Amino acid sequence: MSDATEIATPRASVFAGLRLTWTAVLAGSVLLFWLILALFGPWIAPHGEAEIISGTTFAPIGEGGLLGTDKLGRDVFSRLIYGVRTTLLLALITTVISFAFGVTLGFAAAILKGWFDIVVSRIVEAFMAFPSTLLALVVIGAFGTSITVLVLTVGLVLSTSVFRVSRALGYDIGVMDFVEAARARGEGTWWILTREILPNSMAPLIAEFGLRFTFSILFLSGLSFLGLGVQEPAADWGLMVQENVGGLFLGSSAALIPAACIASLTVSMNLLVDWFQQRQQGETVLEKIDQ
Amino acid sequence: MSDILTIKNLRVEGRPPGGAYVPIVKGVSLNVAKGEVLALIGESGSGKSTISLASMGFARPGCRIAGGEIWLNGRDIMKLSPQDRHALRGDEVSYVAQSAAASFNPALRIGKQVIEAPLWHGAGDAATLTATAVDLYRKLDLPNPDSVGEKFPHQVSGGQLQRLMAAMAMSCGPDLLILDEPTTALDVTTQIEVLKAFKDIIRDQGTAAIYVTHDLAVVAQVADRILVLKNGEMVEEGPTAQILHDPQHEYTRMLMDAVRPAPHLVDHVDASAAQAPVISARNITAGYGALTILSDVSVDVPAASVVGVIGESGCGKSTLARVVAGLTPLREGEIRLDGKVAAPSVKDRPRDSLKDCQIVFQMADTALNPRQRIGDILGRPLEFYQGLKGRARVEKVGDLLELVDLPRSFATRFPGELSGGQKQRINLARALAADPKVILCDEVTSALDTVVAAGVIELLKSLKDKLGVAYMFISHDLSTVASFADEVVVLYAGQVVEKGPSKVVFSPPFHPYTKLLLSSVPEMRQGWLEGVADTGEAKAASAGSVVIGAKGCPFANRCTHAIVGTCDVTPPPVRTLPGELEIACHLPIEEMP
Repeated sequence: MSDATEIATPRASVFAGLRLTWTAVLAGSVLLFWLILALFGPWIAPHGEAEIISGTTFAPIGEGGLLGTDKLGRDVFSRLIYGVRTTLLLALITTVISFAFGVTLGFAAAILKGWFDIVVSRIVEAFMAFPSTLLALVVIGAFGTSITVLVLTVGLVLSTSVFRVSRALGYDIGVMDFVEAARARGEGTWWILTREILPNSMAPLIAEFGLRFTFSILFLSGLSFLGLGVQEPAADWGLMVQENVGGLFLGSSAALIPAACIASLTVSMNLLVDWFQQRQQGETVLEKIDQ
Repeated sequence: MSDILTIKNLRVEGRPPGGAYVPIVKGVSLNVAKGEVLALIGESGSGKSTISLASMGFARPGCRIAGGEIWLNGRDIMKLSPQDRHALRGDEVSYVAQSAAASFNPALRIGKQVIEAPLWHGAGDAATLTATAVDLYRKLDLPNPDSVGEKFPHQVSGGQLQRLMAAMAMSCGPDLLILDEPTTALDVTTQIEVLKAFKDIIRDQGTAAIYVTHDLAVVAQVADRILVLKNGEMVEEGPTAQILHDPQHEYTRMLMDAVRPAPHLVDHVDASAAQAPVISARNITAGYGALTILSDVSVDVPAASVVGVIGESGCGKSTLARVVAGLTPLREGEIRLDGKVAAPSVKDRPRDSLKDCQIVFQMADTALNPRQRIGDILGRPLEFYQGLKGRARVEKVGDLLELVDLPRSFATRFPGELSGGQKQRINLARALAADPKVILCDEVTSALDTVVAAGVIELLKSLKDKLGVAYMFISHDLSTVASFADEVVVLYAGQVVEKGPSKVVFSPPFHPYTKLLLSSVPEMRQGWLEGVADTGEAKAASAGSVVIGAKGCPFANRCTHAIVGTCDVTPPPVRTLPGELEIACHLPIEEMP
């Protein structure tokens, strides 16, 4: 009967309400672990960020430091702990920048339509036509390798896809009847944007945020690996891979450990995003297979 | 065993995202014999679609068949492997969905899709199957049966596409055909041709069929037996004649009462001539992009009265509402709201003018922001138009809820926690929050169950008496309009073909199109379909389709009375008849049907 309203049963606990899957728990724990290290790193790390602790370069695991030493004899373990700060913080800032640009322009294009949409969309497409790494290389090459330039460049490069997603969302939601109703009431663009469209696009945008965050980590690590990202002696995981890649031939794991850490971060973030998306769609992948 | 399908004690469970499983179908048993049509009727949520899907051994995502036996052709299909069950579908049992437009792949030719299932099941090669399909097209009375398969889905009309959907379902010669609301989305005039085609082909092939619908008048035409469902339980079962004429259960009787409201056809109450009409639309021409939908439409809505706008889908009813509301700017013409000229676009209208004219949309679900509480949804127009804030706003929201017969406590709820009828009441309350002079009701009851819709109409009536608000009531449902409107405007292909007080419009002389509309409304009488489908009007109407921007009379290509050389060339004159009736037609008054 249609007039009988289904009332959601009160959730037993917060965790039951989240409907965590084991993949989400695993990914969440990994991310939490890195976050704690990022916060309390300097107190945990046995040595300083750039402190040379041994005369032996590329010392194997167990000798020198806990995870061996790198090409200058610095402690890999300590640099990893310091590196998580740089890696996470830079990724967060660049993602926030890309969202600030992408979402604002994307929604504006979807609502204002007309020439604004055409101009902005074509510019974004022109940017997307360049391979993103190449674009970043050119910009950083031209303006020099400072953290500000790095963060802004990566943020802008990432914002192109955020723009596409939010423009599509804006177009989709913008033609819904409740937005029409607000328009018929005489509401202005700002109200329609912030009160009608934004709250209804939060779920896909949060999922997108997770994905962009992952891309940002990979992108920044890639740039560091190319020598254009964070500069020594600061510790950054991508940079650590680059510094120590020569050690691979000497049997050193100094390049592999930060690479594995990057992988753990991105895989966990992806798993968490997957879980969130499935939760929004009502079913997890495991439940779908079950049918 | 002559029963094609036997369902014993079927139980189906479903769950909302993240919730626990709740029963949807609670132990229903039924059987369908060869050549028999069983109708499942009930309101939305009664489990009728779920049962029909379960008879293929299928449950929607998020649902599961929790118990019971489903015997098809002497086998319990729940005991089969998923692969075997898959092989049944499209072979022994096939399914016709509500929306043919959504069921056809727009990128493939129709013929290819019709023979897809039998080809997949290895029932023959493409050439023989195509020949069988052409035979089916002929039986289904489709125009150009030999070439229709070569067309793409968008190249045929909605009614034809629905019949092609039936051809697709019949192409594999199924023993059981499941029809899930196959005519609900169609206009009344199209519904007749489709119903007739379905009925003939079922009779012709001797197929057993399950017909799912909420429309009792349609059921009366096609079903042999009726099973009434409520909340996933069987209420009553019996032969069609018995259920229609002698329903035993109280719920069935209630359903029957709500089906067709009695036309009230009041004598035209003359609105005081001194008062300007709340809406006065003069010679409106409007459209989207290069397309012109409305041409030269004039409509007046007097204060505190109801003007019904009727017509088939695509005739410009909704566009008219959007133009009046300023959502779609008009190209030519003029709109006056409460005597004052209103700007074409909503952006240029002052708040006073916006306040006077509110719009309520068809889809109650999508018209409410799912992320706002009811209190905010209703509170915003109060704040926006009247500057109410804080305590006063909360009070007024409660008053509005009471006005539309909902409890005050609903203010804290989200739209998702409400039923369809309740949502539509909220939509109405939001319009009322502006304290308008007129409300544009765009198909407000079309998406609702008959019982719920009747409640909303009652509410509209009482609000009109209480608040003196006027309505422009847009609908394709003639019986609702007839029960409710003081004046009626009949639109066809974006032009006004007939207009006047409802009593005069709904009695002869008619415009040929009005006549067609009226005779197409299904009657709750067995055998009605056969009578009406054979009339010249129905045949002529199904032969052509709506042409927008025709040179002469837009209806000329579907009209039995069309005068060749006049109607298709010259735009029809508007004739004024006694009783303030206006008809745009070439026919002399005495020859009008």
